[in-house]
Amino acid sequence: MKLFEYRGKELFNKYGIAVPNGRLVKDENDFSDLNFPFVLKAQVPIGGRGKAGGIKSAENLNEAKDNFSKIMGMDIRGYTVRKVLAEEKVDIKKELYLSITLDRSKRMSLIMASSEGGMDIESVPDEKIFKEWINPLIGIQSFHIRGIVSRLKLEKEEGKEVAKVISKIYKLFREYDCELVEINPLIIKKDGKVMALDSKVNINDDATYRHPDIEPEVVELTPLEKEAKEKGIAFIQLDGNIGVIANGAGLTMATLDALTNYSGKGGVFLDLGGTDDPEKVKQAFELMKKAKPKVIFLNLFGGITRCDTVARGVKEVITKEGIDCPVITRIKGCNEDQAKDILKDAGLITGTTLQDAAQKSSDLAR
Amino acid sequence: MAIFADKNSKVVVQGATGHQGVFHIGAMKEFGTNVVAGVTPGKGGQKVENIPIFDNVFEAVSKTDANTSLVLVPARFAKDAVFEALDAGCKTIVVITENIPFHDAMEFVHYAIYKNAVLIGPNCPGIASPGKTKIGILPGQIFKEGNVGVASRSGTLTYEIVNSLTEKGIGQSTCIGLGGDPIIGTTFIDALDAFEKDPETKAIVLVGEIGGTAEEEAAEHIKKHISKPVFAFIAGRTAPPGKRMGHAGAIIARGKGTAESKIKAFEKADVKLAKFPTDIADLVEKNI
Repeated sequence: MKLFEYRGKELFNKYGIAVPNGRLVKDENDFSDLNFPFVLKAQVPIGGRGKAGGIKSAENLNEAKDNFSKIMGMDIRGYTVRKVLAEEKVDIKKELYLSITLDRSKRMSLIMASSEGGMDIESVPDEKIFKEWINPLIGIQSFHIRGIVSRLKLEKEEGKEVAKVISKIYKLFREYDCELVEINPLIIKKDGKVMALDSKVNINDDATYRHPDIEPEVVELTPLEKEAKEKGIAFIQLDGNIGVIANGAGLTMATLDALTNYSGKGGVFLDLGGTDDPEKVKQAFELMKKAKPKVIFLNLFGGITRCDTVARGVKEVITKEGIDCPVITRIKGCNEDQAKDILKDAGLITGTTLQDAAQKSSDLAR
Repeated sequence: MAIFADKNSKVVVQGATGHQGVFHIGAMKEFGTNVVAGVTPGKGGQKVENIPIFDNVFEAVSKTDANTSLVLVPARFAKDAVFEALDAGCKTIVVITENIPFHDAMEFVHYAIYKNAVLIGPNCPGIASPGKTKIGILPGQIFKEGNVGVASRSGTLTYEIVNSLTEKGIGQSTCIGLGGDPIIGTTFIDALDAFEKDPETKAIVLVGEIGGTAEEEAAEHIKKHISKPVFAFIAGRTAPPGKRMGHAGAIIARGKGTAESKIKAFEKADVKLAKFPTDIADLVEKNI
C-alpha cells in the first residue's frame, strides 16, 4: 500500500523526522495560516508529478489560487488529483537521497544513500549510491550508520543529524512493515538542520492488519479490481481483449503469454487459485463478464483441485445467467474427461492442447 | 537419493487439525510420506488419520523423532510456528502458508540459516521426491520416479510441467516448489547445488517468473558451477510493469525483474528455454 506524500510525512513526524511546515488545502480560499512563499504539491501515488505539472510554487495569494485550481483535478498518468499539499519553502544547502528497501536476493533490509539527491535515483550512477545491508537478526547498528554517513562526506554536525534520520527511518521501516521508505530529497538547510522534503512510504499489504491506524488507500485499483479484491479473487485488468481464467498465478501468467504466440492479447488476468468452490467460480465469471472481453479463455490444471467440480460451477453460471462471448476451455489433470463432457454439454469450445486453445482464442478475438 | 526430502524425513505437521491439515496428512500418507506427528496448540492427545497430535513441536519431536516440519498455520501465526520448529530441532521446514508479512519471513529465513536448517517457502506447494516422500500439498498422482530435478517459483504451473514430463515417461528425482513470495528460504542456487551433487539427478528444470533477480543469479551460477543440463520456462512475458501478478513476488518494479532480462540471462548460460510450459518435456526428451 503506497501512502500519499502527506501521510508518509505524518509518519515522519511521529518518528521525529523534520518536514516543512504545511498541510492539505481544501479549496482556493484555504491559505490563511500559511506563510508565503509556499509550494503546492499534487498528491498522487506515482512519481514524475513534477514534470507533469503537479508541483507549483506560490509567491502571493493570486498565484496560490491560480495554481491550486490548475493542480486540483488534473490528470497525472491516469490518476486524478483529489488532494493538494501546501508546504512553506525552505532554504537548501545540500540535497541528499536516503531510502530503506528490501533486498530480495540477500533477504535483508537495504539502506541506500547518495549525495546526488533530488533527482530520480535510477539516473544516479551506481558508484555514487552507498549501500548497507541489515541482517534482521541483529538490526541496525552504529557501524551500518557510520558506513553510510562517512561516505556522504558531510560536515561533522550535518553527519550527526543525518545519522539520527537513518536510525529513525529504519525504526519506521521495521515497525510499520514497510517495503520502502524513501526520502528524496533529504535536505541540509543553511543552519545545518536536516529535513525531509518528500516522502515515499509503501507498507506491505500482507501486514496491514498489524497497523489499524493506517487507513487503507485503494486508489491504485480500477473499480473492477477493487470489487475482486473484496471478494478475494486475484484479478488484474490489462489492455487486450481476451479474458484469461486459470488456476494458480504462474499458470495464469503463462496462459497470457501463450496468447502472444498467436497475436492474441490478454485483457484480464484472473487467478482462481486452489478453489473449486462453485460460488467462487460463479463470482469469477461474473467479474469477467463485467470486464467485457471479446473471448474468455479458461485454462485449468487439476491437481488437488478437481476439474469436474470447477466445470460444474462453470456450467451452472453459463446456463443460468448466459454469456455473450465465446468461451474456449483447455482442461488437464484430475478428472479431465468428466470435465470436458460437462463443458461440451454447456456449449463451450474445448481446445486439445494449450497451443490449440490459445490459437482458437486469439483467432476469435481478432 | 533425492534432495532435501527422502525416506529419512519424519514429518510433523503444524496446523494438523484444520481442514487442510487433515486432508493433506491423508494425501501424504497415501504417497508414502512418514508423517509421525501433528501439532495444534490445545488439541494435544487427539489423533488425525491415526497420527498423534501434540500441543507443541518440542513434545512432538521428543516423542516421535520428527526431523522435518510442514507449516500449514495461518499467516499471522507462521513466524512463531517456524521459530518453534527450529528451536525444537527440525532441520527441514516447509512453509506452505501464503500472505506472511515479508518482515516475518526475513526473520525466520535468517534464523533457519543460523540454525543450519533448510527452509522451503513460504507461499510454496512443498517438495516431492517420487517413490520416497512428499511434504506439502502437491498432487501425488502427477509424479513418477526418475532423474529430472525440478525447482519452481509457482504451484499449478509446476504441476502442469511435471505432468507433461510424466506423460512422456520422464520421471523426477525431486520437485521443489520454492515459493512465490519476494523473500524465500531455499533459492534456485540452493536447489541447483543440491541437484548437481545428487547422483540420481541427470537434468534440471527451472520454472521462473517475473520479479526480482533470482533467475539472473541462477544463470550466473549455472555458468560457473553446474555441469548438468538445465532447462527453463519463464512466466510473465506479457505482464505489465508495476502490477503484482497474483504472487507477492511477481512484480516488475522500477524496470527490474522483467521476463526478457531472465530469458536473456538463461540464454547466455546455455540454458534451453521452452516457449510453452508443456514444451519442457519435449526439450528434455530431445536433449538427454
